[in-house]
Amino acid sequence: MIRIDSVTKRYPDGTVAVDRLSLEIPDRSITVLVGPSGCGKTTTLRMINRMIEPTEGTILIDGKDIMKQPVNTLRRSMGYVIQNAGLFQHRTIIDNIATVPRLLGWSKDKARERARELMGRVGLDGALAKRYPYQLSGGQQQRVGVARALAADPPVLLMDEPFSAVDPVVRKGLQDELLRIQDELGKTIVFVTHDIDEAVKIGTMVAVMRTGGKLAQFAPPAELLSSPADAFVEDFLGADRGIRRLSFFSSAGLDLLTTPIVAVDATAEQIAARTAPDAPYLLVTDLDGKPLGWSEPDALTAGRIDPTRLVSHGRPFVHGKESLRAALDGAVLSPTGWAVAVDTEGRVAGVVSQQTIGEAIRAAHAEGRADAKVAG
Amino acid sequence: MSGFFDIPSDLQNTYWGLVGLHLREALIPVVAGLVIALPIAQLCVRLRWLYPPVLWITTVLYAIPSLAFFVVLIDYTGQTETTVMIPLAVYSLVVFVPAIVDGVRSVPQETLDAATAMGLGPIRRYIQVQLPIAAPAIIAGLRVATVSSISLVSVGMLIGNQGGLGNLLNDGMIYHQPRLIWLSVIGTAVLAILADAVLVVIRLVVTPWMPRGGRKTRPVDEPARPEPAAPALEDAVR
Repeated sequence: MIRIDSVTKRYPDGTVAVDRLSLEIPDRSITVLVGPSGCGKTTTLRMINRMIEPTEGTILIDGKDIMKQPVNTLRRSMGYVIQNAGLFQHRTIIDNIATVPRLLGWSKDKARERARELMGRVGLDGALAKRYPYQLSGGQQQRVGVARALAADPPVLLMDEPFSAVDPVVRKGLQDELLRIQDELGKTIVFVTHDIDEAVKIGTMVAVMRTGGKLAQFAPPAELLSSPADAFVEDFLGADRGIRRLSFFSSAGLDLLTTPIVAVDATAEQIAARTAPDAPYLLVTDLDGKPLGWSEPDALTAGRIDPTRLVSHGRPFVHGKESLRAALDGAVLSPTGWAVAVDTEGRVAGVVSQQTIGEAIRAAHAEGRADAKVAG
Repeated sequence: MSGFFDIPSDLQNTYWGLVGLHLREALIPVVAGLVIALPIAQLCVRLRWLYPPVLWITTVLYAIPSLAFFVVLIDYTGQTETTVMIPLAVYSLVVFVPAIVDGVRSVPQETLDAATAMGLGPIRRYIQVQLPIAAPAIIAGLRVATVSSISLVSVGMLIGNQGGLGNLLNDGMIYHQPRLIWLSVIGTAVLAILADAVLVVIRLVVTPWMPRGGRKTRPVDEPARPEPAAPALEDAVR
């Protein structure tokens, strides 16, 4: 456990970057420091590996004061990942990753072997080993940055806005990858970001900081979204925190309707049988059971349904795996107001109306439960 | 009929001997200048306020004519190669100091932070990260300094045939032999071009990590460096 105990950082000109901050960062989890520019989140992170030294207060790792350890030993026991990766442009990818093991006195072969193993772990093609950083994309460079930080298998990983400089699609990929790696390795990760969505997505615990280096709230993301401590946190979470909170409720409890679904080669009898009074539309699927689109029952010609004349079905959600947020999104995106649930193979599992989703949301709120985070 | 490369006996040397002498008198000062410039530049990087005055001093030193240097130095080092080489080393600082400072400063802050965070102390960081990344800028400076030094050595003839190929200029005038003057001028130019080519090759070999300039995507080349022609012109004036 990393224990930050009433730490203050005051600069000679009187600026207070961090003001009597106390935090207990649990082991084997991702703790996110989030806040606007100038809230002292990066300063806090850098005090953990003594890139910046606190003016007052102590930081303990597993009970040991970090100021009482040799600084380079301390730093080599922590991985550090930064924006733009900060790779050594004059070294090959594999030698970049092998930096800390080499500093720790590993043989060149052993360090490179370890580096190769890590390239696989962070999803980098081994063929890139002998390339130089300029030959890689931003996302790949960032993966190298993560691999380099993990090279000596440090218990602690410090990440300073590591994914801010890449485009949103790559960023999502890197975030998912980080969560996957974390599932495998169980590091104690301290992650700094200014992006509250990123904080909510990857954080086990989220520390919201406000300008002046004060802690505004320290809570799990679901709690943050449901009960922000004050107006600042509420404002920082943004206008749609209610919607975002739905990410924490699983869609598993939704009652799916399986009646109004027909295959694209349906006969007149099938169409008639499938038309239900409580569902004004029929969902047409292809022969594999994958959704094609909605139609009013009367508009369907038995035996030869024209898929191009169907109404869009929005984005289907994976039943049980994705959250109520994904379900609601699907319902809102479709002009019919109905969402399509699919199984993990993409085959239709059922359909559900906005109204039913709304009832599920109310029920979930009433129970006050926040499930372990669900994807999407 | 004597050979094209034969030279007057008063020089007590062969043409190729003079070439070797010329190279030695030109290159030792460049190496010395580089060795002196490295710590000065590092100080300038560390202490920002120091850089402008240092730059000013190197420029002023560069403005002192070599003849003036000789007059002072002869009292201490006599009519020797050393007397020629000292001013050349001093002149090279005007190129080296800014080249190294710019090169070291061009290392991205993230890279330095990453190095520090990985537990590289200041010395390791300088040797393993800053210097290698500054290498292209330093080699660019080295090219200018080398070419300029090769052209400047000739002035050593003024203190008694200490000018390498430059000694032929004097003899050519005394003996009315244009051939000797051509041997001197063309020889010096060829040496400069060859030395420059060698440095380009060295840069290519030691910086495989630099994006290579393709016609389509022109990547960031080495940091801006003065055109070699500019110092050459100044030298001509000297």
